[in-house]
Amino acid sequence: MQHNKDELQNFAHQIRRDVIRMIRHAGSGHPGGALGAAELFAVLYGHAMKHDPGAPEDPHRDRLVLSNGHICAALYSALARTGYLPLEELGTLRQLGSRLPGHPSRTKLPAVIENSSGPLGQGVPVAKGIAQANLQLGFTGHIYCLVGDGEMHEGIVWESLLSAAQHRVGNLTLIVSYNNLQIDGRVSDIKDIQPLADKLRAFRWDVTEIDGHNIDAVAEALTNRHAKPDQPKAVIANTVMGKGVPFMENLAKWHGTCPTEDEATQALEAIGTVPAYQDFPIMEKAEA
Amino acid sequence: MIFRDSAPIRDGFGRALVEVATRRREVVALTADVSEPTRVHWFAEEFPNRFYQMGISENDMIGTAAGMALNGLIPFATTFAVFAASLAHQAIRLSVAYNEANVKIVCSHGGITVGGDGATHQAFEDLALMRLIPGMTVVCPCDANEAYDATIAIADYEGPVYMRVGRIASPIIDQGRSSFELGKARIVRTGDDVALLANGIMLVYALEAAELLEQEGVQARVINLHTLKPLDEDAVLSAARECAALVTVEEHSVLGGLRGAVAELLSARHPTPIEGVGVNDTFGEAGEPEEMLAKYGLTVNQILAAARRAVSRGGVVTEV
Repeated sequence: MQHNKDELQNFAHQIRRDVIRMIRHAGSGHPGGALGAAELFAVLYGHAMKHDPGAPEDPHRDRLVLSNGHICAALYSALARTGYLPLEELGTLRQLGSRLPGHPSRTKLPAVIENSSGPLGQGVPVAKGIAQANLQLGFTGHIYCLVGDGEMHEGIVWESLLSAAQHRVGNLTLIVSYNNLQIDGRVSDIKDIQPLADKLRAFRWDVTEIDGHNIDAVAEALTNRHAKPDQPKAVIANTVMGKGVPFMENLAKWHGTCPTEDEATQALEAIGTVPAYQDFPIMEKAEA
Repeated sequence: MIFRDSAPIRDGFGRALVEVATRRREVVALTADVSEPTRVHWFAEEFPNRFYQMGISENDMIGTAAGMALNGLIPFATTFAVFAASLAHQAIRLSVAYNEANVKIVCSHGGITVGGDGATHQAFEDLALMRLIPGMTVVCPCDANEAYDATIAIADYEGPVYMRVGRIASPIIDQGRSSFELGKARIVRTGDDVALLANGIMLVYALEAAELLEQEGVQARVINLHTLKPLDEDAVLSAARECAALVTVEEHSVLGGLRGAVAELLSARHPTPIEGVGVNDTFGEAGEPEEMLAKYGLTVNQILAAARRAVSRGGVVTEV
């Protein structure tokens, strides 16, 4: 099925707007990685994944396991924009009693949030286990797992990379959002993961490297699931932390910093508005 | 009664897993390169297509099991107690427990009777580490028959479970007509002078101590607290009220395990002095299981001494 590039690009912009507004409203959060992965979420939920908000528990659904849980604002936005959540719920990010905590919690939204995550690396084996259960039970869905590049420092990731290849988990795609930034600076300065594609190939994965902001490239990479059915797939998506908001781009500071009111306004202006998508209503916090 | 006289507790698990997997096709098993030591190899021989060899990767194994459980399977993940409870604690906490994934973690080589492998392989804290995780059921059966029954019970129970099964051959205990029920203590011997609360391989030592106490005119109640969490509070409170002298007996650190669980309950509901027989706050060392039990104070004599101290205090809360 051919994707609609403009629609997906608009979806990505909408995710960015939501991310800024949600985090600004919450008063804290992780905007940088979420902005950088907007095209990935837009293509996954808008095109690549077979899923139905009307039947979220369909055992044959495609699933996203978000392993770098801190970028969940983008996931929540994608879920709301595709009908899994009421839009106004986005305004509850990180609040007491919300179903949208600062790192995703599966039990608050079963079958919508596939996995609780936050401690890095842990989602990779979970995604693999879901994929292996699909093979065991005859479910046809494809499993995607999104990780950050700094997350590749975690040993559990490499344990799982080994066993996914060993067990021929071909219904699994690992997406690495590679922006070369982590909290303390550049990944290449702190503990370089290069040459990542070579490493993954050496681990017997089918590797594709793309510009993670190019809708066509992302769409092609994430729908190429039937080639090499016995081999797990890795997509290295080169991304820019803070993408779409010039003053946030490529600055590690925006990993986990909340924009001020002025910064949020500037950010929204930079992203631009698209009339096709109405912004979600932000509820005022109740006065104490 | 599958086993008679004596058998390794882990054998009860291994045999029952095959039986339960015959009945329930969603049961799968994983191991981290220890299929024979954990006795999951019997399952692997019967159900090769439902067996996952994960290599020496305990974190990967636990995370994978969690994903499988989230998708409808009932995974039994097997390794040694130190490698699950300590090494893979984060994966158990997050991917199993916080996800409410229906994973059964079954570990051999818990406690001090691991023997010559030494301190690195002796988990004295596994039950405490697992008890602290919300929603985790923690089971420590006393013999191979109880491990057999417990395996079937935890397969049928929906939720995360940690079960410790011992390595060495241990005596089969006659528990009368009481049947195994998760979360329900088994009263193995009646008596009102002192209560010996035990689980795992120490239950048989507690029973032996009770026989000797009877010769001294002391009637000891022996309670098998095979399920450490959720604790059978009624059984413990009844013992505290009716016996007034309590001794906990465990092949585990005296911190955070059985003594910890009992003390937490009684300090709030019925303050009672508790004598604790277990491993003190220390690492182990290499040695034959019987030598280790003797050196670290897990003996009938220690239980006797503890029971006498408890009786002499008569339930009076005094500083010791």
